Amino acid sequence: MKYFHLIWAGLFRRKTRTFLTLVSILAAFLLFGMLDAVRTSFNQAGQTANGAQRLQTGSKLSFIQTLPQGLGAQIEQVPGVKSVAYANWFGGAYQDPHNQIFSFAVSDNYIDQYPELEVSAQGRKAFTGTRTGVLVGELLAKRFNWKVGDKIPLQSTIFPQQDGSKNWSFDIVGLIHAKDRKAGWYDQMLLLHWKDFDESTPYNHGAVGWYVTRVSDVAQADRIAKAIDAISANSDHETRTQTEAAASASWVKQLADIGLIVGSIMGAVFFTLLLLTGNTMMQTVRERTSELAVMKTIGFSSRTVMGMVLAESVLLLLLGGVLGLAFATLLIPSVGAASGGMLHLPGVGAASWTLGLALMIAIGLVVGALPAVRALRLNIVDALAGR
Amino acid sequence: MANLVEIQNVSKVYERGKQKVEVLHHIELAIEQGDFVALMGPSGSGKTTLLNLIGGLDSPTDGSITVAGQRIDRMSEGALAKWRAANVGFVFQFYNLLPMLSAQKNVEMPLLLTQLGAAQRKKNAAVALELVGLADRAQHKPGELSGGQQQRVAIARAIVSDPTLLVCDEPTGDLDRQSAEEVLGLLQQLNRQHGKTLIMVTHDPKAAEYARHILHLDKGTLVEQAAAAV
Repeated sequence: MKYFHLIWAGLFRRKTRTFLTLVSILAAFLLFGMLDAVRTSFNQAGQTANGAQRLQTGSKLSFIQTLPQGLGAQIEQVPGVKSVAYANWFGGAYQDPHNQIFSFAVSDNYIDQYPELEVSAQGRKAFTGTRTGVLVGELLAKRFNWKVGDKIPLQSTIFPQQDGSKNWSFDIVGLIHAKDRKAGWYDQMLLLHWKDFDESTPYNHGAVGWYVTRVSDVAQADRIAKAIDAISANSDHETRTQTEAAASASWVKQLADIGLIVGSIMGAVFFTLLLLTGNTMMQTVRERTSELAVMKTIGFSSRTVMGMVLAESVLLLLLGGVLGLAFATLLIPSVGAASGGMLHLPGVGAASWTLGLALMIAIGLVVGALPAVRALRLNIVDALAGR
Repeated sequence: MANLVEIQNVSKVYERGKQKVEVLHHIELAIEQGDFVALMGPSGSGKTTLLNLIGGLDSPTDGSITVAGQRIDRMSEGALAKWRAANVGFVFQFYNLLPMLSAQKNVEMPLLLTQLGAAQRKKNAAVALELVGLADRAQHKPGELSGGQQQRVAIARAIVSDPTLLVCDEPTGDLDRQSAEEVLGLLQQLNRQHGKTLIMVTHDPKAAEYARHILHLDKGTLVEQAAAAV
């Protein structure tokens, strides 16, 4: 610690260069914090205690393939199954195709599969009794300033009505309140009647997108999943049954491998950072050759001087990196708010901080290695003579 | 007085590419404790090389160098670093202060290698700056000081850990006459009043006059020893 002021002074010897390097490091770790939050958000999908009690059954081929409605009754017969509900992707957009809404056509008992969701008794009753009634997540309602009683038009990106029009009209009869906002995108969704949907579009013909099965005992989930899949084995609609978490991960993976995308972006960013800060550190040490020689002359050992160069490099990364992650921590809630609740990004958690700090130290050591070795090998006589 | 520095049959050969250049030839020299020696000679005569060997910055190819009873020519690089920290103060032609540190922090640097606490280091540095007449410039950075003042800070840095030996390489080479005389007067004061042993490389005969003895080197050989006029 008694050398800290020397390390600090060395770091800020060229203030402008150090500042610009710090900004680059800050930007890299800001991006790391944000992208890691996105990755964590996707990884956490479905990973709740209630989620563990639910199984999702979809087509083995692809999530866009449908299943017969009759399968539900067979699933209900599997020992250990508590209840079965089903849903279809509706694909609604509000006013503008960019305003995509997580809208599903669901069976009447669908909401019962999700005890973490609350709908008022009045809302439930109205939903059951109104053919065009929809339940809307609170955040979604807030996003578009909707309220119970409003009639809203939605344009389905997939399903037309019998007359060919893709414009649908619904009545908001209740709001969905998610007890745990981190549990998923439930307060972003819109639920409409599957029966009404099935009868109104010529494209569905009694097909179901996926089944949601609640099990009595979580420990039996694997066995039940296999038993459900066995029902359709060797048929034209073979199924894959997974826990909600696995199904969410699988669904996301069919859209995009978030981990790979995030990893690739961060790999490119950190590689660039490595070159940038490596160049800065080399320049710094080259410019201070005579000063390092003087330190050695005074009696600082070669290892001490090498250690100070490495410490300077790690300190540079830590300063920029910690600031970057701190900014990410501050910005993430704003990004979530700006998305109107579409994005449920978790904050920069302990795991991200630990990984981030480890990366800062590792990059600092790698970047500082070459200049540190140069400082270690510095010959005093040659350096003082300017050779 | 006892000899502080004893150099016996010292040669130094540098390899420059495929060529071997013998810079010093069989030097025999003894410097008494409390002496002030000026080392003179033309460029390339080996003055700085000899100074570097005495200061433990370089090792001889042949021969032995004993300083304060210790054979420094046999020491490892690490041991030499520790020995330099405890025994030698260095003053360079271009001051070689760290530009981002204040005068006070520059002077404190050698004390970082000791067991002294921060308060004691600060106190000792203040005493050294007082001794060179720069107590009021302690918080100034080198860029805010004149050349003469910077060299006096460098001298304070060289003496702050109370070394046995001061080696000065052209300490007035970058100074105007008045500043040079101030610096030389200070070095003389350190020798005469504080008993420090000084070895100073210089081209300037007027600077050499401040020393007790003048040695002349030519083509790597000691050619003459004389007592200075002052």
